[in-house]
Amino acid sequence: MSILEVDNLSVSFKQYTSGLRQHTQEVISNLSMELVSGEILAVVGASGSGKSLLAHAILGILPSNAQTSGKIRFDGEVLTTKLQEQLRGKEIALVPQSVSFLDPLMRVGAQVRTSVRKGKAKEAQKKVFERYHLKEEVENMYPFQLSGGMARRILVSTAMVSGARVIIADEPTPGLDSVVIKEALTNFREFADQGCAVMLISHDIESALQVADKVAVFYGGTVLEIAPAENFEGNGDRLQHHYSKALWRALPQNDFTCEFKN
Amino acid sequence: MRWRFTRNLGIFLFWKAIKMASLLVAISFLSFLLVKQSPIDPIQAYVGADMLNVSPEQRERIEEYWGLNEPIMEQFWSWGSAILSGDLGTSMIYRLPVSEVIGERFINSIALMSTAWVLSGIIGFSMGVLAAMKKDTWIDRIIKWYCYTLASTPTFWMGLLLLIVFAVWLNWFPVGMGVPAGVLAEDVNIMDRIKHLILPALTLSIIGVANIALHTRQKLIEVLSSDYVVFARARGEKGFTLFWRHGLRNIALPAITLQFAAFSELFGGAVLAEQVFSYPGLGQATVEAGLRGDVPLLLGLVLFSAIFVFVGNLIADIIYRVVDPRTRKEQSYAAK
Repeated sequence: MSILEVDNLSVSFKQYTSGLRQHTQEVISNLSMELVSGEILAVVGASGSGKSLLAHAILGILPSNAQTSGKIRFDGEVLTTKLQEQLRGKEIALVPQSVSFLDPLMRVGAQVRTSVRKGKAKEAQKKVFERYHLKEEVENMYPFQLSGGMARRILVSTAMVSGARVIIADEPTPGLDSVVIKEALTNFREFADQGCAVMLISHDIESALQVADKVAVFYGGTVLEIAPAENFEGNGDRLQHHYSKALWRALPQNDFTCEFKN
Repeated sequence: MRWRFTRNLGIFLFWKAIKMASLLVAISFLSFLLVKQSPIDPIQAYVGADMLNVSPEQRERIEEYWGLNEPIMEQFWSWGSAILSGDLGTSMIYRLPVSEVIGERFINSIALMSTAWVLSGIIGFSMGVLAAMKKDTWIDRIIKWYCYTLASTPTFWMGLLLLIVFAVWLNWFPVGMGVPAGVLAEDVNIMDRIKHLILPALTLSIIGVANIALHTRQKLIEVLSSDYVVFARARGEKGFTLFWRHGLRNIALPAITLQFAAFSELFGGAVLAEQVFSYPGLGQATVEAGLRGDVPLLLGLVLFSAIFVFVGNLIADIIYRVVDPRTRKEQSYAAK
């Protein structure tokens, strides 16, 4: 069952180039995709290609000079700015990429507690800490005192306690060692298995494939193709788009050859 | 960890004390040299108009009595050791011990400066917050315009302007001084004092607002565009809750420390404002001492103001160390 549908979404920015000349730059164009409950959709593409903006557009937290067109539907209902405000943090949760997304002067326990929408915040926070093997003392720590893995678990905790049905994870694995990456990905798989729809934004196609059900290949501001994860195998012959194939083959273990032209 | 923190604070304070001592030695030496090189003639300043009746022989005897004919280092040494034993000398214009003059003046000034300090802090901070929250709206534009105008306004000019409007035209407040003229000291009540305080305090606050407001605005804009505010918004926080939870928390500390570090500007402003309003504070005493060649008072004031400014900076430093968890708990998980 599809929870979130993105239909023909475009995002552009107004910029002043030289003097007062206005210039509109389109960052995302005609993008369509859907998130299904119980599934992980990985959105893969090069760094800096506007994948994060997709997440921000769904949540409605783009900068004020951004313009969007197209429709996003949640549970069949068109997302208006007002509805986005209501759903943010309650039905749609963001898992950001690094510790810099935590308030540096607030104890992490308190930050997790502010994400709780239903029931007792303190209990929910204690439970989620236990579940992610965070010691009780971590609750009173400040973000700068966390290790990379702990920060990850705290960030995932905020989404966990919110009770949201759509989880958007924005580059959740960069700069982490493989053990922590594995753990983070397992967490997202658990979300999906509980019935959440997960959007996993990543430039790391290899690790995304470990848990994703479908993969959307993002390039030039739009999704080129959405393929089931199992199509990414062998030489990538089952992929339709040549960019997807190239992306897949560019991995070192997949027949990647460096051509020298002398 | 608690013990470690206390020990670190102890070491920090120890170094600060050494810094302060060396600063004071350097300042006394420099200002002593400057006064010695200045055209002020201490005997002329002391004797005043009666100088015509002093013969060259008498003059020489006074010089000898005061030790003015000794080498400069020896003079500095005797002045310095007197200060170390707590004797700042006698003010020539007030005929009172310098410490007494400074003490009395300081009480007047502290009323003025603390009023201005608190007012400018609160108003400036609120203005900065308002401007940042309403960035690029007309409110922001007005506040910015106001701050830029004030930042380039001389204190004495602002004082004169307020004097003309509120004291001369509207006749709401007295023109100057700390108490009404022609009234016995014991008949002066607190209302009189407050009435005399308002205009100079207002002058200082109006000028002081600009700095803190612009700084707070900049800092809050920075905080509002930070990753953690984006994430807070993604979690559904908005408006005042967002500001209260994340904005205020992250801008309060820099604002408070900035306000403490602004003691020097406060003192500098007080010198000018007090002069305009003939308010009997430290600032006015400084101008008097300088103009009339009251060397002991001038040197005493220099030392006092150095301590005053140093203490302001020291408090700012200590607040940062004690309040900010990033400096308080230097031991991070990663380092364990």
